Amino acid sequence: MWDPKYLDKIREKLEEWEKEVLQPILKKLPERKQKFLTEQGFEIKRFYTPLDLAERGWDYLSRLGFPGAYPFTRGVYPTMYRGRPWTIRQYAGFGSAEETNKRYKYLLSIGQTGLSMAFDLPTQLGLDPDHPLAYYEVGKVGVSCPTPVEMDIIFKDIPMDKITTSMTINATAIEILSMYVLVAESRGIPRHVLGGTVQNDILKEFIARNNYIYPPHPSMRYATDLIIWCAKEMPKWNSISISGYHFEEAGATPAQEIAFTLADGIEYVRWVLNRGKIQGWPKSVDDFAPRLSFFFAARTNLFEQVAKFRAARRMWAKIMKEWFGAQKTRSMMLRFHTQTAGVQLTAQQPLVNLIRTTIQALAAVLGGTQSLHVNSYDEALCLPTEEAVKLSIRVQQVLLYETGVADTIDPLGGAYYVEWLTDMLEEEAWKIIDRIERMGGMTKAVESGWPRAEIARSAYEYQLKVERGEVQIVGVNIFVEPEVPKIEVLKVDPAVRERVINRLREYREKRDKAKVDRALNEVRRVAEREEQNIVPVIMEAVRSGATLGEISSALREVWGEWRAPEIF
Amino acid sequence: MVMSQLQQRRKFKVLVAKLGLDGHDRGAKVVARALRDAGLDVVYLGVHQTPDNVVRTAIEEDVDVIGISILSGSHIELVSDLMKKLKEHGLDIPVIVGGVIPPQDYDELKKLGVVEVMGPGTPLSKVVEVYTKLAEEYRRRKEKEGGAK
Repeated sequence: MWDPKYLDKIREKLEEWEKEVLQPILKKLPERKQKFLTEQGFEIKRFYTPLDLAERGWDYLSRLGFPGAYPFTRGVYPTMYRGRPWTIRQYAGFGSAEETNKRYKYLLSIGQTGLSMAFDLPTQLGLDPDHPLAYYEVGKVGVSCPTPVEMDIIFKDIPMDKITTSMTINATAIEILSMYVLVAESRGIPRHVLGGTVQNDILKEFIARNNYIYPPHPSMRYATDLIIWCAKEMPKWNSISISGYHFEEAGATPAQEIAFTLADGIEYVRWVLNRGKIQGWPKSVDDFAPRLSFFFAARTNLFEQVAKFRAARRMWAKIMKEWFGAQKTRSMMLRFHTQTAGVQLTAQQPLVNLIRTTIQALAAVLGGTQSLHVNSYDEALCLPTEEAVKLSIRVQQVLLYETGVADTIDPLGGAYYVEWLTDMLEEEAWKIIDRIERMGGMTKAVESGWPRAEIARSAYEYQLKVERGEVQIVGVNIFVEPEVPKIEVLKVDPAVRERVINRLREYREKRDKAKVDRALNEVRRVAEREEQNIVPVIMEAVRSGATLGEISSALREVWGEWRAPEIF
Repeated sequence: MVMSQLQQRRKFKVLVAKLGLDGHDRGAKVVARALRDAGLDVVYLGVHQTPDNVVRTAIEEDVDVIGISILSGSHIELVSDLMKKLKEHGLDIPVIVGGVIPPQDYDELKKLGVVEVMGPGTPLSKVVEVYTKLAEEYRRRKEKEGGAK
């Protein structure tokens, strides 16, 4: 695509420009810094020309192609936002089911187009709210949901057959999805029409997010059994959301975020294929890969973030096609949700966060995200207030309806700088993936603690850059104001706890105890048998009246518990 | 940084832990690493710690400062539990709290006996300075008490 004669001409003109135009200016006015670096640490040139792409052997058809076609660099769908806007999906949930139901209805009333459930820590860690370790945490960072009774209240007057729901749930994903399915079925909505996502990504819990229960091996079986079950039973449901967001939040560089996420994806695919050999199905990646989905962070560093999304998309397509022999287009598509980077929110001058999140959201949209959560400006201080969340939704609506950025596909495609960055990040991420491959894949790497230590190292290095002033943050190390203002904050009413616990006790009293015991015994039995899928017995246990904590305890008895190696 | 005479005799030892079920450990690890790089002895307990664990480790390891990180919104209850348990054991080891803490809760934490609350954006240089100062004061106080016995 590059005419050598024309490139020579550019080179010649460039040299001329440097001598005649640039040099005299540099003598008079030196640049702000000796070196300009991206967050990944790539040295940035003054500007980019076709020469920078030509020398990398870059060509349009193999690196970019067209939207909705391999390698999907420009986007996963042929019409992107011209056909369907991204889903406005704010992560929410707190207190008991009643508060959460009210918040969901509020979000929908102001223009949110999909739900995203936040569960409290006891629910995520398989503890009922009356467990001694759970007590202080009930309803704090999400909604408490130990039984289908809570799930039913959470979705009161919400059309489960029309709205898609994403659930941030991992170590107890099967229990929670079972509750959702049972509630829907009780309303006459069959599971195969339900649309949504379970996060179900346990590897990133071990590496960064820390809400794991069982050791890596049984945890991988749990996760992959759910992927297989969803592929069979819930054709519109994303059975996993392979997450890079939490790596970024824990300190990962953009290349680490891509590499660890895709390495996790590779590991899940291999596991499902192996489980398929034992269980008889799935037989090929095309049986389940179309329902794998992804989740990334969007930071303020606009161009490198856009490059990150594009590089990840291109790499996953290659992995699925060339490594795993995928045939279906959909199996090669990296569809992803984005959340703006929580770690870049500042407690200082909190309203400034609105400006940051707007730019981050723009990065996600220019990067071709399928759904988006914009953090609220007050989240470095507390759970978001209603007013703050409303502004997050308004940010998305301004981007979608006022800026015109959604009117053409991949508008930064072909920009010399962005294409160069996309290539560079891809190269760097492949190096990390190679290293994980040499370690024997991500489960092995997790057991060794290596990815965890790598991310902690990146986090520390970043902090040192902030200390030295190499990273500048308005309100933190530049343009500092003396005090953190006292803004209105959201607090969870402690009465919530008693309400949830009372309802749980009533639930336990009313059920058929013998039936629950039998169901939990079945869970224990199947947990010991690798060849069987664990999902049906867990769902049956939920149906029989067993609580989330009881099912989790039964699995703990068989599988044991995990503690991550702590390297800092 | 110039080591004080007290620090030279035996390195200051600090405990850093995540109290409760919250998994956000970036801040705690960065603080632990900065303190270690500044020459302090760091016992890093990691995530999912109970007040009992923290108190037991503080006694076993004979630490000079306890640093607690919480981002789950349960800081008042968890820290109040921790302070009660420290008191029950007759310990007055200085406690520092960090994490996502609304400014209106700073006073309440201090009323519970927390010496310092350091929220997001606190420079590491300040973190090291505060830990060192508190460790030094605690060590001095303890040696004085020891001498009086």
